[in-house]
This record gives sequence, C-alpha cells and structure tokens, in this order.
Amino acid sequence: MVAVRPIHRPASVTGWIVPALLAACVIFLVVGSLESSLFAQQTVSGLANGGIYASLGVALVLIYRATQVINFSQGALATFSTYIAWQLISWGLGYWPAFLLTLVIAFVGGILVELVAIRPVERRGNVLSVVIASIGVLILVEGAVGWIWGNEVKFMPSAFPAREYHVGGVAFSMQDLGTIGVSIAAVVVLWAFFRFTKLGLAMRAAALRPEAARLAGIRVSWLLSLGWGLAAALGAVSGMLAAASPSVLLQPSMMDGILIYAFAAAVLGGLESPAGAVVGGLAIGALLNLMGSYVSWVTPQLLLPAAFVLMLIVLLVKPSGLFGRTRVRRV
Amino acid sequence: MRTRASQLCVVGVAAAIVALLPFGLSDYHRSTGADVAVFVMAILGLNIVTGYTGQISIGHGAFMAIGGYTTAILTHSHGWNDIATLPVALAIGFCAGVIVGVPALRFHGAYLALVTFAVALAVPQLAENYSHFTGGTEGLALPTQSGWWLYGVAWACAAVLYATTWVILRGRTGRAFRAVRDSEVAAVSSGVSLAVHKTLAFGVSAAFAAVAGSVYVLINNFVNPAVFGLQLSLYILIGAVVAGLGSLWGIVVGAAFVQLLPLGLSSGSIVSAEAVPVVFGAVVIAVMALIPRGSAEVLRAAVGLPVRARSSHTSTPPSLEVR
Amino acid sequence: MPPLLALEDVQARYGQVRALHGVTLEVGEGEIVALLGANGAGKTTTLRAVSGTVKRDGRIAFAGTSLGRRGPEDVARLGIAHVPEGRGTFSELTVWENLRLGAITRRGSLDADVAHVFAVFPWLESRRAQQAGTLSGGEQQMLALARALMQRPRLLMVDEPSLGLAPLVVAEIFRILKELNAEEGTTILLVEQNARNSLDAANRAYVLEVGRVALGGTSDELSRHDAIRRSYLGY
Repeated sequence: MVAVRPIHRPASVTGWIVPALLAACVIFLVVGSLESSLFAQQTVSGLANGGIYASLGVALVLIYRATQVINFSQGALATFSTYIAWQLISWGLGYWPAFLLTLVIAFVGGILVELVAIRPVERRGNVLSVVIASIGVLILVEGAVGWIWGNEVKFMPSAFPAREYHVGGVAFSMQDLGTIGVSIAAVVVLWAFFRFTKLGLAMRAAALRPEAARLAGIRVSWLLSLGWGLAAALGAVSGMLAAASPSVLLQPSMMDGILIYAFAAAVLGGLESPAGAVVGGLAIGALLNLMGSYVSWVTPQLLLPAAFVLMLIVLLVKPSGLFGRTRVRRV
Repeated sequence: MRTRASQLCVVGVAAAIVALLPFGLSDYHRSTGADVAVFVMAILGLNIVTGYTGQISIGHGAFMAIGGYTTAILTHSHGWNDIATLPVALAIGFCAGVIVGVPALRFHGAYLALVTFAVALAVPQLAENYSHFTGGTEGLALPTQSGWWLYGVAWACAAVLYATTWVILRGRTGRAFRAVRDSEVAAVSSGVSLAVHKTLAFGVSAAFAAVAGSVYVLINNFVNPAVFGLQLSLYILIGAVVAGLGSLWGIVVGAAFVQLLPLGLSSGSIVSAEAVPVVFGAVVIAVMALIPRGSAEVLRAAVGLPVRARSSHTSTPPSLEVR
Repeated sequence: MPPLLALEDVQARYGQVRALHGVTLEVGEGEIVALLGANGAGKTTTLRAVSGTVKRDGRIAFAGTSLGRRGPEDVARLGIAHVPEGRGTFSELTVWENLRLGAITRRGSLDADVAHVFAVFPWLESRRAQQAGTLSGGEQQMLALARALMQRPRLLMVDEPSLGLAPLVVAEIFRILKELNAEEGTTILLVEQNARNSLDAANRAYVLEVGRVALGGTSDELSRHDAIRRSYLGY
C-alpha cells in the first residue's frame, strides 16, 4: 500500500516549532513548581509515571525500528516479568537481586517469544500477521499470569523507602524520585550500549538496513532476537516500577492502560525515536497528572481517552511524530 | 457443478443443524447458542473490514458497546420494545463506523490496529464516566427472556446479516472491496474510490457489530462497562482469525470456537477455566504461523474449492512507503 | 591454478520470475573481470547470486569451496565483499561507524586496516564524524568501497560504481580500483553499464544477455568485436 505524505513546508520552518513547544512546556512546569508546592509535587509524581511510560515506550520503539512491528504484547511481557520478581521476593530474595535476576529472565523470555511466536509467523512475510501474532502473545501471557498466580491483587514491595525528600520546603516522595531515576538510568544504559559497543553498532546497522548489514557479515536474524530480549528487559523495568507505584495495582491487567500511554509516548516521539519516546513519556506523565489535579472535569476515567485523543491528533497531523523526519523508506 | 452442489449441501446441513439444535438443549444452553450467533455477527462485521478491505480493527468491542448501550438505554430508560431497538442500533452503529472510518483512511496497517486497540480500552472508561446515561459501573438491567426467544432472535439476525453480506460481496461492491484489499493502487486506477469503499466497509462492519452488541445485551439482560472491555474485542479477533479472514466459510466455526471452548474447558477436568486465554493465545499464534487463512481454508478444501492464491490483503507490497 | 570464483549453470529467480537461466563464468585470482550487458540482462543478479542475496541453483565455487545454500552473512565471512547497487552505505551512521561495520565480524585490532583504508582514501580521515548520508554521491561510493576493504576481502564485487556520478569522480574510482588490483592483487568482479570504462579497467569480460553468458573474452578481444563495438561502444 502506498502511503504518501506530502511534505508541506521545508524543514527549516517547522524545525523550530518542536523545540519551542518543548521549551514552553519546561518553562511552564518550572514556573508552576516554583509558584506552588502542590504543583511541584504533582509534576514530580507525573514525571515518575512518565518514567514508567517512557521505559515501556522505548521498548516499543526498539522493536518497531527494527521490524516495523507494533508489539502489542510488550505490556503483558512486562507484567509477567513483574510477577516473577514478586515471586522471587516472596521466596526470600532481596529486592535488588530479584530485580536483576528478573531482568535476565525477561531478556531470555523476550528472545524465546521472538523465536517461537514471531519468527514462524514472519516467515509468511506479512507485517500484519505478526501484529496479530503479537496480540496472540498478549492474550497468552496475560492468561498465563492469571493462571499461574491468580487474579487477586498482590502487593509489590518497593526498593525505595517510604520517606520524603525535602527540597526548598517541598516534600517529594522517594518513590517518585527513585522511579524517575531508575527509568532514566535504564534508558541511558541502553543508549550507551547502542552507541559505544560493537554489538550495539551491529544491531543499529541491522535495524537500519538489514540487507546491507548481511553483506557485512552481520547475522541479522540473531540480532533481531536479541533486540526482543533487550526490549523485554526494559519492559520489565517499567513493570516493576509500575507495580511499586501507589496508583497501580499488581494484577494481570496491570499494564493494559500503561501500554496505551507508552504507545502515545512512542507515537508522540515518532515511533522510531527512543529519545522521542522518553520525552513523550515524561511529558504525557506530567501533563496528565497535572490535568487530573487541576482541571475539574477530568476524572481518572477520562485520562486514558485523553491520551488516546492526543495520540490520534499526532498521528493525523504529524504522523512522523515530534521528533521524526518525514522520510522515504525503501521497503 | 460438483463444487456448487456440495456448497449448497454444506449450507443446507448447517442451517438444519442450527434450526434443530435448540430442541435438544436446556434453556441455559440455548442462550449459549444465542451467544454463538452474536459472535457470528460480530466476526462477520470484522471480516468485512479486515478480511475484505484489509483494514485491521481490534476495537470492534466498542461498536458492540454502542449497539448494546443503545438497546439498553432505549429499553430501560425509555420503555422501548426490544426488537424495535435493533434497527436503531444498526443505524447508529453504521454512523459510528463511518465516523471512525473517515480518519481511519489516514492510517494503515499496524497504526490502525494501534488506534483501534486504544479505542477498545477507552470506550469502557467513557461508559463508566458518563454514568448519567449509562448507569456507570453498576450498569443497566433489562427484563429476562426465554432461551427459545433469544436463540430465535439471535440466529434470525445472524442469518439476515449473513445473507446480506453474501449478497453485497457477490456484487460490484464486493469486487470493489476485494480490489481495495489486494492492491489499492490498482483499485484506484480502475476507478474504485478508496475513500468511499473503505468508509462504507467500516460503516457496515460497525453496524453488524452494533446489532451483535444489542442482541448480546438482550441475552445477558444487563449491561455495564466491563461487558464490552478489551477482552471482547480480542475475542472477536481470535474468532475472526480462527474463522479465516477474507472468506465467509469459517465464521460459524470461529464463533463456536471462541464461545464454546471456555465452556468445554471449564466443565472438563483437564485444564481449568483460567487456562482459556493461554489456549486462545496459543491458537492464534499457531493459526497465523501454520494456516493463516484459518478454518476457511480447511473448509474450502473439504468442499472442493481451489485454495486461494496468496492475497496481499495484509502485506505491504514492495514499494516506497513514506512515513 | 583453479579460478578463485567459478559459476557453473547458475540460475536465480525473484519469486516466480526467473532472472538467470544458466550463467557460467570464472574469475581468476588477481584478475579484474567485468560483466557487461543491457538493463535486465542479469548482471546485478549474478553478483547477488554469488553473495547469496537471491535464491539460486547451480554450482558456485569460491577458492575451491562450494557456496551451497550459504546466505550473505556466511558468504561475507568467507572473504567475498559485495558493494551493492546503490552503495549500501548506512546513511544514518557516521563515516567511522560505517568503516567499523566493515570489520565487525573480526576480533582484534583494526589499526592496520584503518591505516590502509586511510591511505587509499586520504580524505576519509578528516570526515570520520560526519554522517554518511551527508556525503556526496562519489564520496559515498568511495566510503562503500572503503567499508568493503575493511573486510580484507579475497574477492571484491562492485555493482555499478559509476551510477549517478560525474565523469571526473568515476575516473577517480576506476583509478582506485585498478590501483587496488595492481598493488595489492585484489581480485575484482565488476558490473558496469559503461562498457568503455569497464573494458579499460578489466582484464577479461563477459557479456550477459537475458540471463545467460552470450560472449566472453579478454578486453582487447571484446573491444574489437563488431557487435560489441556497435551496441556498447557506439562505433
């Protein structure tokens, strides 16, 4: 199907809009925080949620960049990993050892999912079939969580003490600050891997131009599985942070709504830009939280539809997202 | 012709089974049979938009919700007769489908899946929010009906919609739909208006789902946001995949699979009811990997129809794709 | 001495369309061999058949080993570097990263290879951090060649190096190819529309027509061949 989006204006004209928008957002948040301590607290909590959306969003971008597949099971895989962490902790393992072990298990799990569920379908040569298969994985994994651990809500401990950290007379919860820190750290570690290591470079090349990469001797299919593993590990970070957050309950459907926010973040950033997903996630988290606090008719039930509308607007107006470029891609 | 005769035979036998079945069932199971009809209609709708014009939708639960709530509100709050609400639901569903179909023209493939997925999650939230109309989380209750009545109404509607679909698809519109699915470029050059046909497909598809939703509400005799949640949209997709996208043959199989498997598993002792989604997920993956054309392929082969050449309805032909 | 590359009755297809109907040719070590022919004759497909980018039947032997069903990754690791039509540079990556990718499958220090590449293409050194997509066409072609050299190939296959480039740049590229062959003995299999350039650089050439080898011989022989002169050399 030929989808041609006419390039209306030269890049130099539109090029300033996005940074200006971002600057305006940042200024708004900073000024508001200085004015009101409630605003500051809500901004920080919002950014904490945003960190959760951002990390899952980057996982989505990782897979989309390499394969043009929108992985609907990303959230469910994160949920499964979080339950594993919960299980390890309830068996007596310390929080951080459980956290790290879960990352490893999630990594392996992601590779397995790609090999068993995605690759056999991909052989048929059809992006949409793979998307449907990923929905199959979503159903399977969420069902497996319910089957193995039951549907009742569980309690997930947090790594961060239930203390507050005072800055300039405003109290911020350690939970929020810790969440922001860990999610950003995870994304940065991944960025460093791609930027500075041989394997990272090979993966980037494989995602950009698989045929040319093969000619250089790179085993593209194997790196693809690896990519799924990394995405799953990042999703696990998102899930564990989400479960520890006060507004999210550990249950099989935990990540369904968060997946939408993560998609909105990824779309906002342009599905192929990890940096965009991070900025998008943080922005969505902060703005939705503030809207929820300050705008009276925005009830908790309207937050998801609001994110959906935002995503819709971006897709209709600038489908390549705020950070994407309208470029021609040879399929 | 051998194939024509065997086709009619199969249809006749199937119709006879459907007509005679309720006589041998308990009242409860008759309403389950009605549930299968509901899914037949919903899958029929999804098939029109996904199987025949290649626009993927994982949000058909939302259209069912529109129909369902229409019927519930009209019956509960305004005292309408239940059957009378069905044409209304059909019309409103059609409008909703067109409203969704217009912006959907701008999306393709996985993006559309994404948007419809979000719709499927957003609609229950909206229903919960505007509780003044919808009864919020509590929902609305309707009078109960006998299993006979439900079975009859449900399958009558399903038969009507099935026949309608068959007629549409045989004619010019159907050929236009298939052209849109297989190659948009070729379709446009043959004078087939993409916008009109894709939107029409969405409208019809949503209308069918709305009627399905209405009947579903009548069967369950109550409605609340959870009834039309994400799971419903996913189950419709599962049913459509098992049925086989792009063909009318497997629809009853797909609907029966989605409705009856959970029952079969929970009454048996091999696996518990909670394993149902695991089985469903595994089936979806297996079907997409092994028999992408679903049970329709198997049935067509059994009846002697040629296996359809690989249609490109869900593939991106090698071309320049501007993002 | 057995040829470095030997194709025997090689067939290849794109889906249902047969592109090669039985190509037989060979390339000796240290030679430059050119493939000539009209558009659609199968020149690019022949290179793709060797590198495994396209499904093929028939026998292909490289340094005595049969290539069998090997895909591009394995063929590259055997020592065949394929610079495809359109160059295959990674436009989003930097010049340095592109070069790095050439040797990605090798362990150990790359210093010697890097020094070598910078010696052949001196201007590359100052542009290491530049994004490859912002280079000119000729520079991208040279970058693609440089990346192939980082693989330390025994056989260098180059597809349409002059495509879309100005004559001066084309001359430079051919000079470099000849130099690589003369000074380092790099074996080159060259696909090139421009017959004059090819016959000038190559020792031997084959003319492909409709997926088959129609003619083969030394460049001198072919330059004097009547049909070739008329169709490809224009006089």
